[in-house]
Amino acid sequence: MADMRVRLAGVELKNPITVASGTFGFGREYGAFFDIARLGGISVKGLTPLPRQGNPSPRIAETPLGMLNSVGLQNPGVDAFIAQELPELKKKDIVIIANISGNTPEEYGEMCAKLSAAGVDMIEVNISCPNVKAGGLAYGTKPEMAAEVTEIAKKYATVPVMVKLSPNVTDITEIARAVEGAGADAISLINTIRGMVIDVNTRRPVLKMNTGGLSGPAILPVAVRMVWEVASAVKVPILGMGGISTGTDAAQMLLAGATAVAVGAATFADPLAPVRILEELETLCDRQGLKSVTELTGAVRPW
Amino acid sequence: MQVNTTCTILTKDAPNPHAVRFSLDVGNMVRDSFTAPGQFVHIRCGEERLLRRPISVCACQENQGHDTLTIVFEVRGAGTDWLARREPGDKLDVLGLLGHGFRMDPKGRYLLVGGGIGVPPMLGCAQYAPGQCDAVLGFRDSEHILLPHEFNEACLSLAIATEDGSFGEKGFVTGPMEQLLKENRYDAVLSCGPKPMLRAVWELARQYDTPCQVSMEERMACGVGACLGCATAMTDGTMKHVCKDGPVFDASEVDWNG
Repeated sequence: MADMRVRLAGVELKNPITVASGTFGFGREYGAFFDIARLGGISVKGLTPLPRQGNPSPRIAETPLGMLNSVGLQNPGVDAFIAQELPELKKKDIVIIANISGNTPEEYGEMCAKLSAAGVDMIEVNISCPNVKAGGLAYGTKPEMAAEVTEIAKKYATVPVMVKLSPNVTDITEIARAVEGAGADAISLINTIRGMVIDVNTRRPVLKMNTGGLSGPAILPVAVRMVWEVASAVKVPILGMGGISTGTDAAQMLLAGATAVAVGAATFADPLAPVRILEELETLCDRQGLKSVTELTGAVRPW
Repeated sequence: MQVNTTCTILTKDAPNPHAVRFSLDVGNMVRDSFTAPGQFVHIRCGEERLLRRPISVCACQENQGHDTLTIVFEVRGAGTDWLARREPGDKLDVLGLLGHGFRMDPKGRYLLVGGGIGVPPMLGCAQYAPGQCDAVLGFRDSEHILLPHEFNEACLSLAIATEDGSFGEKGFVTGPMEQLLKENRYDAVLSCGPKPMLRAVWELARQYDTPCQVSMEERMACGVGACLGCATAMTDGTMKHVCKDGPVFDASEVDWNG
């Protein structure tokens, strides 16, 4: 069988399948369906310095082959995560990626220091949440601001820093180069794509926030294209995500240039999706006679 | 470990011209995960549809590896339309039983108040405390009435109100409900239906110093508490989640203006 281990910014994952922030809580819920230690890593629900209640409902709207969400970073805050959730997660043999969002660069720095000390394996700096007013997406659409946040995160973090990019930009490679230049150890992409659904009877947007972030199989080709573009523009490793729901989808993402992938909305349809995708990817590697799954990374043969 | 179960549709009928009722063979689901009436199942509605549909359990029973479960639903969109076109013998991918139901004592005395498609889960409550519940059910018109015989069988009394007066009392559930609250003492009022109705039911229950539990609805994705999509505002300023913290909440903790 192919060796499924990969190294993402110096951190070894037992396989390239992780679960995306905001789709898997802190691992408790889906831990009732399967042993989450089978996965390479978990990116936890996006953390902020203080607890956040998130946006009003409705926060969910279905779309063709996907969904919109406008949860708005509801989370218990970084301190409660460290006290109540992290000890449980650390009992599992799984790479823990702490996803963080701040209103100011200083808030990112403060969280990086706390989370590094608390013993997470990696930090994912979210500069791409489309559902919050301050911070979030604002940092992800301007190269100089993305670089500033990355620099501060690197200054305070003692574990590898990965920066999560937004697809809601004209040229994603510009942002990717900026965060690489500022010292990012890895890049993850894509966050959700901004979208809108309108109820034609009430003439109201379905989401109370009017717009939200699109995820699900509908966005896979956009994500694969952007991973491919970013992989050509930077040298740091990439965690690819966006619409992965089969092993073949995961392989596409790796071929486009990702070192590992994250499964997100697919888990809502099938709680066992992350392990099923892992098994399908293993089968694909064996069928292609690969010694290591790493042979797929960046191996697309573009015309 | 929790599992998503492949369930088989045993029977299908139409309890009224607008609703579909399935009874399902759900394996050991009831034995493994029933905690109280008012829980729900989360049903996959076709491969190409990302989001499952949450549907309240109407009634369920353990049966040695072939537990049975009844759901009643109306076609509201593409997902429930797909579901309504399934036939006996077809398989369904079902997550369940999920959520927290109505906190009930089988020996307690309850006033059940259901509105429209919120009526079916109240039958599960009636059967949990058989012969000790009074039921008040509200519908748009006589054509939308659901399960009157089943409620009659399980309850001490049944009152039906229709908005157009085509059957029973003309108006809303609150009319017959107030009469019953005047005449009886209940351990609690239990209710499921549209949010404005739930609010009116809660306000009336409060006037008569009777505790009230309500089953809430929100657009939902994961169904298990991971995605935080189905948030509902509480009086203490927090957001709870219908799928994991609910769907049943104490009416006093719900922020009715939220």
